[in-house]
Amino acid sequence: MSTLAAVSVDVPFTLPIVDYNAIAPLLILLGAGVISVLVEALLPRGSRRFIQLFIVFGALVASLVWIFTITGIRVVTAEGAIAIDGPALVMQGSILVLAILGALLMAERSVDPSGDVFAARASALPGSEDEKQFTARGYLQTEVWPLFLFAVSGMVLFVSANDLLLMFVSLEVMSLPLYLLAGMARRRRLLSQEAALKYFLLGAFSSAFFIYGVALVYGYAASTQLPQIASVLTAKPGQTSLALIGMALILVGLLFKVAAVPFHQWTPDVYQGAPTAVTGFMAATVKIAAFGALMRVLYVAFGGMRWDWVPMMWIIAGLTMLVGSVIAISQSDIKRMLAYSSIAQAGFILVGVIAASPAGLAGALFYLIAYGFTTIGAFAVISIVRDESGEATNLSKWAGLGRKSPLVGGVFALFMLGLAGIPLTSGFIGKFSVFAAALASGDTWLVIVAVVASLIAAFFYVRVIVVMFFTEPGPQTASVVVPSVFTTIALAAGATVTLVLGILPQPVLELVSNAGLFIR
Amino acid sequence: MTPWLTILAVVPLLGSVIVVLLPKSRPVLAKQLALAISLVTLVLTVLMALQFNGASSDPFQFVESYPWIPAFGISYSVGVDGIGLVLIALAATLVPIVVIAGWRDVDATSGGSVKGYFALILALESMMIWVFAATDVFMFYVFFEVMLIPVYFMIGRYGGPQRSYAAVKFLLYSLLGGLFMLAAMIGLYVVSAQMTGQGTFDYLTLVGLEMDPTTERILFLGFFLAFAIKAPLWPFHTWLPDAASAAKPGTAVLLIGVLDKVGTFGMIRYCLPIFPAASEFYAPVVIGMALVGIFYGAYVALNQNDMKRLFAYSSMSHFGFIALGIFVFTTVAQSGSMVYMVAHGLSTAALFLTAGFLMQRANGSSLIFDFGGVNKAAPVLAGFFMFAALSSLALPGLVSFVGEFMVLLGTFQRYLFVGGVATLGIVITAAYVLRLYQKTMTGPLAVKLVGMPDLGAREVIALMPVVVLTLVLGLFPAPILNVINPAVDRVMTTIAAKDPGPTVSSEGSGR
Repeated sequence: MSTLAAVSVDVPFTLPIVDYNAIAPLLILLGAGVISVLVEALLPRGSRRFIQLFIVFGALVASLVWIFTITGIRVVTAEGAIAIDGPALVMQGSILVLAILGALLMAERSVDPSGDVFAARASALPGSEDEKQFTARGYLQTEVWPLFLFAVSGMVLFVSANDLLLMFVSLEVMSLPLYLLAGMARRRRLLSQEAALKYFLLGAFSSAFFIYGVALVYGYAASTQLPQIASVLTAKPGQTSLALIGMALILVGLLFKVAAVPFHQWTPDVYQGAPTAVTGFMAATVKIAAFGALMRVLYVAFGGMRWDWVPMMWIIAGLTMLVGSVIAISQSDIKRMLAYSSIAQAGFILVGVIAASPAGLAGALFYLIAYGFTTIGAFAVISIVRDESGEATNLSKWAGLGRKSPLVGGVFALFMLGLAGIPLTSGFIGKFSVFAAALASGDTWLVIVAVVASLIAAFFYVRVIVVMFFTEPGPQTASVVVPSVFTTIALAAGATVTLVLGILPQPVLELVSNAGLFIR
Repeated sequence: MTPWLTILAVVPLLGSVIVVLLPKSRPVLAKQLALAISLVTLVLTVLMALQFNGASSDPFQFVESYPWIPAFGISYSVGVDGIGLVLIALAATLVPIVVIAGWRDVDATSGGSVKGYFALILALESMMIWVFAATDVFMFYVFFEVMLIPVYFMIGRYGGPQRSYAAVKFLLYSLLGGLFMLAAMIGLYVVSAQMTGQGTFDYLTLVGLEMDPTTERILFLGFFLAFAIKAPLWPFHTWLPDAASAAKPGTAVLLIGVLDKVGTFGMIRYCLPIFPAASEFYAPVVIGMALVGIFYGAYVALNQNDMKRLFAYSSMSHFGFIALGIFVFTTVAQSGSMVYMVAHGLSTAALFLTAGFLMQRANGSSLIFDFGGVNKAAPVLAGFFMFAALSSLALPGLVSFVGEFMVLLGTFQRYLFVGGVATLGIVITAAYVLRLYQKTMTGPLAVKLVGMPDLGAREVIALMPVVVLTLVLGLFPAPILNVINPAVDRVMTTIAAKDPGPTVSSEGSGR
């Protein structure tokens, strides 16, 4: 007792300075997540859904509104652990908007005849008597909502983490719920559980890389704060091998999350196995969060070592674009195809990251936003194209879909053209922005690789249109289920943004370029 | 001031939306509406053309400019010079003709929806007008690429047995060129930002840019590749025969007659003035490609058994002439190329549509040996076919002759040898065209064709305007030349090229 007292006298405890106003969006989400857990634990099953939806949408909207009120804030707070700056706010805002669309997809209960798209009880073994019982009783779970809220909180923190340790924590807060969500599909349980396990194991592996890298960088800089690392790097320009190895390991962890080659192996399985609503949500938002953290680490902490990481990122970006595009061609499952497409798109965004200029940052941000809306819309379409066994994800079942349901086929074609980067869609402006930034930074060859990869990618996007519109519908052709207002809103928002950002991108371009740079 | 060009482009676009929204049960109404809208567009085009001032010293007329994406210095800017005006007029003329000619091409039994086809034609018309009117390089690029989408659907949904393959090949090939042009265009933007401090896509600003020669050559290649694929020049032509033979005749007319002109238009509008030194540097290569194209296209056409493929290769040969005219850098040849573009649009329309009518009467077969003796069963059809064939081989008195003659004349002024070689191409053209006529129209009537009806009133109405224009402009080309010449002069001034003086003055002028 006495020693304890002595310590507290010797080292007076000072309260950390926290700008609560700046981190309120995060706190709202975390608070809502905790309440959501309590709702799940304490309230009767029947009344949970309404309350959970109220909490989820309430928290997302409140958090978003709060961000709109603090758009001018540029502050490093929580003792240097959190940086709320322009890019962070833009990314937080877009994560929240996309999370709202993702939540709309997950809240859908009209497309699957057995209720919703989540397992009646995720813990029951696939094919077991338990599972049959739960399904037969028609149990509908709402346990996805607390998980969802924590995942979103993790993302919102991830893009503003200014300290490698906090970055690691938020990485886990974001990832762990996603691992679980991936395993909760109602149909094709084994595939879903395989996806979850694979995601978890590989994710844990990459986290280990990340934290080992943090340890090595700490060994070099005696700090985990990004600006501190940067200033040590300028102070000690030689002897950077420890920092280099540490940086490489940290990048492995982050590139795993953005699904860059060669750290992409999890993507197709997880995209395919996870419930489609979760895939859409995850594909759109995790990309933003992970790129946010990646850029912050590269620019703020290791900006001084640009010439050390650029060659490596060059190779990774080139490989990511080419491998993603080429392998996507041979896919026959539309979710797997979009998974490889997301890999290829990550490569295009990396082109903007490598430019390491204000234009590159703005281009990457624009690309992330454009990609997020298009992707979530595409997965929304996939979630309503069904046959008697559930979602019809095999491309052969999409044959003639555009003739059977012209509107849905047309919207999906729009998403494909958007991802392919055809002008007058958001994807084109995104490509344009990152290519322009890269050319201005002198990365001519990378742009040429990107152009070739775009062409390869266009092939498989266009092939979907061929399948949908240029083949006759047959008996195997899936049908489009009429969804409730939830999915309809998400779908409409995805399509609208894809078009509007293609035709009138100026406001968003201004937003991302006015966001400025990461603060130190 | 009336925003003529915007109105011109928006009318068909709105029309296309309205046609799509019509109920599926009213296919005839969709056709009638599409025809009405395309005619309105044509009337508007004529009204605009009448106000065009051929003597004006402004580079562009009917200019509109509004900021579009200021973040990248992009504006919505339109305006036309004589070249743009003539090509817009060509597009506006051919669309109603294609609508009339294609009246029965698409019906409920052919798979696709009727209104869809006509809506796509109108959407395409709108994009064609914008692409010829754009004076912002980015805007040009946008429509250059977006134009592919309606054509892609027109081939892929409404074409023949090979339609899916042909549509994808067409799209990917065009995207290949387009993406390299995108890279070059962004490069141009970056260069303009470095040189003027403010990146821009404004055409007139970019024309005045003094670039580093190496950069200029690289950027030229990006643009040229896209245009050479679009036109298409040898050796980038392989998509064209597939696309042309899979497409409906009407689609093929718009594709080859107008769309491919964007390629040659791009060369004279963008490649030459923006990259003058590089154009001069690469001119021998381009002239070589053009010459090979003239002969290769003609030679393959000579050995084709499929009419549509024959027309495609023949077009490729003609595109060789057009590119040749552009890259020999003489006023006469460049004006000739522009006339040739119009002439080729008209003769393509005549050929494809007549052949289309013929093929309809033979269950869609396009194989030459399925036909024979048509002039006995259907003299009117055979007559139009003869006219189309003669227009294609540039008979004097027809507008294609004016174009071809001027191109050759201009070529002779600068390169005697090249001109001589190119002239030989005409001989092969005559050979394959006449052979085609002989095999299909003369001789004993093919068994399959017994009882075939002659052209109906609708079909004659569709063909008449083409015939009249080909004749009138052939006998009296001044209206076109008057608007084209100032524009060509401006291009020649920009690239600082001078017409070579008469080389035969010592004895030739002594008469």
